[in-house]
Amino acid sequence: MQYFVQQLINGLTLGSIYGLIAIGYTMVYGIIGMINFAHGDIFMVGAFTALIVFLILGALFYSVPVVIALLVMMIVAMLLTSLYNWTIEKVAYRPLRGSFRLAPLITAIGMSIALSNFVQVTQGPRNKPIPPMVSQVYNINGVSVSLKQIIIVIVTALLLVVFWYLVNKTSLGRAQRACEQDRKMAALLGIDVDRTISITFIMGASLAAVAGTLFLMYYGVVAFSDGFVPGVKAFTAAVLGGIGSLPGAVLGGLLIGFIESMWSAYFSIDYKDVAAFSILAIVLIFLPSGILGRPEVEKV
Amino acid sequence: MAVTVSRESDSVATPTQRALKEAFYAGAIALGLFVLFIGLKTGQNMSNELVLTQRWGLLAAVVIATAVGRFLYVAYGQPFMANQKIANVATGLLPASVGSRFFTLPAFIVAVVAMVLLFVFNGSLAGWVGAEPAGYLQFLRALAVIYVLACVIYYFRAFIHANFTKLGITALVLYPILVVAVLSLNAWSIAGGLQGSLKWVDNFGIQILIYVMLAWGLNIVVGLAGLLDLGYVAFYALGAYAYALLATQYGLSFWILLPAAGCMAALWGVLLGFPVLRLRGDYLAIVTLAFGEIIRLVLINWREVTNGSAGISGIPKVSFFGLMTFNVSDPNYIAKVLHIATSSAYYKIFLYYLILGLCLLTAFVTIRLRRLPVGRAWEALREDEIACRSLGINTTTTKLTAFATGAMFGGFAGSFFAARQGFVSPESFVFLESAIILAIVVLGGMGSLVGIAVAAMVMIGGTEALRELDFLKQIFGPDFTPELYRMLLFGMAMVIVMLWKPRGFVGSREPTAFLKERRAVSSSFTKEGHG
Repeated sequence: MQYFVQQLINGLTLGSIYGLIAIGYTMVYGIIGMINFAHGDIFMVGAFTALIVFLILGALFYSVPVVIALLVMMIVAMLLTSLYNWTIEKVAYRPLRGSFRLAPLITAIGMSIALSNFVQVTQGPRNKPIPPMVSQVYNINGVSVSLKQIIIVIVTALLLVVFWYLVNKTSLGRAQRACEQDRKMAALLGIDVDRTISITFIMGASLAAVAGTLFLMYYGVVAFSDGFVPGVKAFTAAVLGGIGSLPGAVLGGLLIGFIESMWSAYFSIDYKDVAAFSILAIVLIFLPSGILGRPEVEKV
Repeated sequence: MAVTVSRESDSVATPTQRALKEAFYAGAIALGLFVLFIGLKTGQNMSNELVLTQRWGLLAAVVIATAVGRFLYVAYGQPFMANQKIANVATGLLPASVGSRFFTLPAFIVAVVAMVLLFVFNGSLAGWVGAEPAGYLQFLRALAVIYVLACVIYYFRAFIHANFTKLGITALVLYPILVVAVLSLNAWSIAGGLQGSLKWVDNFGIQILIYVMLAWGLNIVVGLAGLLDLGYVAFYALGAYAYALLATQYGLSFWILLPAAGCMAALWGVLLGFPVLRLRGDYLAIVTLAFGEIIRLVLINWREVTNGSAGISGIPKVSFFGLMTFNVSDPNYIAKVLHIATSSAYYKIFLYYLILGLCLLTAFVTIRLRRLPVGRAWEALREDEIACRSLGINTTTTKLTAFATGAMFGGFAGSFFAARQGFVSPESFVFLESAIILAIVVLGGMGSLVGIAVAAMVMIGGTEALRELDFLKQIFGPDFTPELYRMLLFGMAMVIVMLWKPRGFVGSREPTAFLKERRAVSSSFTKEGHG
């Protein structure tokens, strides 16, 4: 039982990170109907920015409280990563809006290749390890919970509340939901569609940057190629939950996290990704639009 | 940076003022993007801790270059292109007015003379002027060759346009012979020519043709049937491992295993097809992506059979239909049978013709299938699935045949790849390969065989050519490694080509069924399917 609870906590931590990235995928998909393949690399850029900020803090000050260091890393990562995603949207996706469906997908894949190789060229191909930032571990009834895991879950929960408020209670969120339903009608009613889409990309990138910072804090290492696997997992999570649905993205992320940690604990660690992908395929056979996705209405 | 950053286009501002403003914005954005990534570099010190080194000079250079580039683009590039668009809508790749100014007869003659002189005195140049200027002269020679070829293409463009397919196939058939002939003349010996041809036939010829074949195979699934497949590399891997395992374990010949690998890949295509039949669009994309990853992960982890990430080596070579082999130790080695000098180039040239044959087979099958009911059903499925069903087409079998046929060609290409490399490992079958193949299909203009071949040549040939840029070391110093920038440039080229031609290189389609006269349709009028 303790072992099970332990795995549950590990899965929750992993799932929170996937969920944060998955929201970026699902929001962009919901509003412009494209798979933003560069999102995984945006997450990696976020983690790398946090790493560089961490090193700058270490070089400038003798010692910085962990809370302040984490906050500064997160804020700078959010700002710069948003700038990246905003620029990518302007340069690579906006000119192709209204073009055929595969064109932005190809530019997104191109941007993903370019981003990871840009980081490789400028920062070198090696793994970048940092000394552990927080190392406290609490033991509750034989289940060990590290402070890192608590921070991840709390930050994720806080962000989700803020995010829920933004989407459901503000005029910005209303504009986003309107664009999602019908972009042309929203434009006719005076919503600045371009601006709304830009803000969607910025919000997605901010969440991915936070996920990147948490990822760096949790694993203590980042490399230029680290965007791909979490990116694909988060994308899987978004599809599993029903792409375009925000609660679905979080639910999918948690599910993928649980599947992974349970599979590595009870079966074999080698095949944990195979398990995650297979469960995706099985779920989609029975629920072709994901768990919380709306079924597509076919109009003739 | 092809978009206007500021939205309010001030009608009073002159183009230069506007360009200055745009340049300022571009510089500011570049500063924000690059301040941490170019301005600072993370590196390990002696005790393996991460330390930062500062590169503010490089950062300033990059930011200024971005701003200047943006200024030039807005101030001169945009008006120029707008003028060209009005002046010549139809010429496509290069507007005629620019072409005739750039490709003039005197310049052509100068280039030919320079090229011939530099080729003739190639050997003694380094002695006359020293090693470093000789490097620049070699670069100059390459430029002259490119210019002469471009001139020829430009002046014969009408002829080339009319007979593109025939000319292309002839050029492909003659390519190894021409390479060997030119290099033999250059080195004054046939052995030297054969040795020098290895790189050109293998790195450029075979490499590009493998991608052409893969892209033509994927074209059946994506371009004809409109099913978005992000895991095509799985079938390539299945074909490669089928040949590698059966040939090393059971000693079967390539000519038996080639069809076997194709059948096996097709079977897996059907197996993948069944569960995804109900899925549409992007759900299909993610399941195929997941399938590709599953195959790769199984190849890595099923160590008893696949030898894990270490891969399988010592895969036997292809024989010349059992009559001659390409192993020097065999009694029927090709050089012994034909009484010619020993060279490793024969095998590469043979492989070149083999993959060319496989490519032409793929193209032939695709062209013929499009005229058969099943091919028409594919294209109907791409255009409208509901109309398809209401006309009584069985969408299940239609999708499955598309998956199976595409997968079969992937399997053929895979077993060829294993035979050519002599070594396979899961490293070769990552998602990036699927993405590159899909990008070639889309950049070529989906459904157009010629466009896809051109796209493969540009993208794969271009990245291979980047390996040849060693002279840049003389400019940027010995630490500069052009290979590092290969994939960065590849990714940016994908974006730029897509922005430049969103419909691909060949933006029109020939209908298979037509009334009275055949007329190409702009592909803006065709759909790309929903999945």
